[in-house]
Amino acid sequence: MNPHHHLDDATLVRYAAGNLDDAFALVVASHLALCPHCFAALREAENIGGVLLDAVESEPMRTGSFELMMEKLHSDADVAVKERVVAAAPLGDVPVPLQRFVGPRLSEIKWRTIAPGIRKYVLPTSGRDGSNLYMLHIAPGMAVPEHGHGGAEITLILSGVYRDDMGVFGPGDVADLDEHVEHQPKVELGAPCICLVATEKPTRFKDFLSRLLQPLTGI
Amino acid sequence: MRPAPEIVRGTSGASAKDAEVSALHLQWMRAVAQDKDTEAFRGLFAYYGPRITALLMKSGAGRDVAEDIGQEALMRVWRKAPLYRAEMGSVSAWVFTIARNARIDKLRRRSSQFHQDIDDMELESDAPSGEDSTITNQRADMVQTALGVLPAEQREIIELAYIEDLSQSEIAKRLSLPLGTVKSRLRLAYGRLRTQLGALS
Repeated sequence: MNPHHHLDDATLVRYAAGNLDDAFALVVASHLALCPHCFAALREAENIGGVLLDAVESEPMRTGSFELMMEKLHSDADVAVKERVVAAAPLGDVPVPLQRFVGPRLSEIKWRTIAPGIRKYVLPTSGRDGSNLYMLHIAPGMAVPEHGHGGAEITLILSGVYRDDMGVFGPGDVADLDEHVEHQPKVELGAPCICLVATEKPTRFKDFLSRLLQPLTGI
Repeated sequence: MRPAPEIVRGTSGASAKDAEVSALHLQWMRAVAQDKDTEAFRGLFAYYGPRITALLMKSGAGRDVAEDIGQEALMRVWRKAPLYRAEMGSVSAWVFTIARNARIDKLRRRSSQFHQDIDDMELESDAPSGEDSTITNQRADMVQTALGVLPAEQREIIELAYIEDLSQSEIAKRLSLPLGTVKSRLRLAYGRLRTQLGALS
């Protein structure tokens, strides 16, 4: 898979620095698992962290700190080091970080219909630190009402294709949007679009009907 | 009795890392990974322990908490050493990710699971594969040089993000800047580094 729509550099840097909340970190990690381009870019962003760590003015540690830690290490039952995850042959069609919540297969997600043609699955950690985290299953040909965002929004396409002013988004692509962007995604005919979304704040729909729908759909 | 170990003072900070030090750290990493070499690990601890402690204090932890988390991070270094490969980045970059994850888990009480899922992954990419440690250290040098010549306003924002672990809106507030300016400075800073590195490959 070689996605065409990538992470905003600012998002990548914040992820590398560890500043994103869990909801955004999960969407970013899921994209990274699918995107060699952003994955390579992440390594560079982490190099920045390394250089800054080298340059930091060090703080003295307690005497005997090292010996104490070695004792701890030896008394711990040998914690097995996790095998390296190889993304080349992932199980199923769900990116590895997301599998923790929904298992390996998109076909096994427990959707809930929230509006005609729109199904939703809210992840258990959603809202824990302010941001919402959910998946959407949108029927072929369906248009999501034009909306802006109360805050940043990041969407990772897992299956199917949608189109909006910014282009065509397919599996692995990420739409990493500022709070100012308004868009009206329309799912292409042929297959439903399944995506993973993190939003900083509930999205505000533009027109009246959509605003009526919003409590229902919560998009 | 053993002479007072280096770890109490730590090696001096605020200086650029030279090639010899980087090579030594790589050697230590291999000795820890392959032979569980305690003395090599003592070397890594002496260098990184006081720096990670400082990183956590700058992220808002008190001295004791910072040192405890620093210790936890170094324990992860010991356990995960066999997973380190040069193409992941410099030893310092790799240790930074471990410290960052410990900061997410212990200080911020969020979860670094998603980061960890990616950290150990191998992806095919257009970056040179099987990159050897010489190139890795060269790249780290380039990042160091590029950071050194970054305009102060960009460098400041990079440090607030990586070292103090401030969110974008916290940075905006601290510097009395619009959120959009914070974002664009982050992008500019990172873009410059990428351009420099692009010249290398």
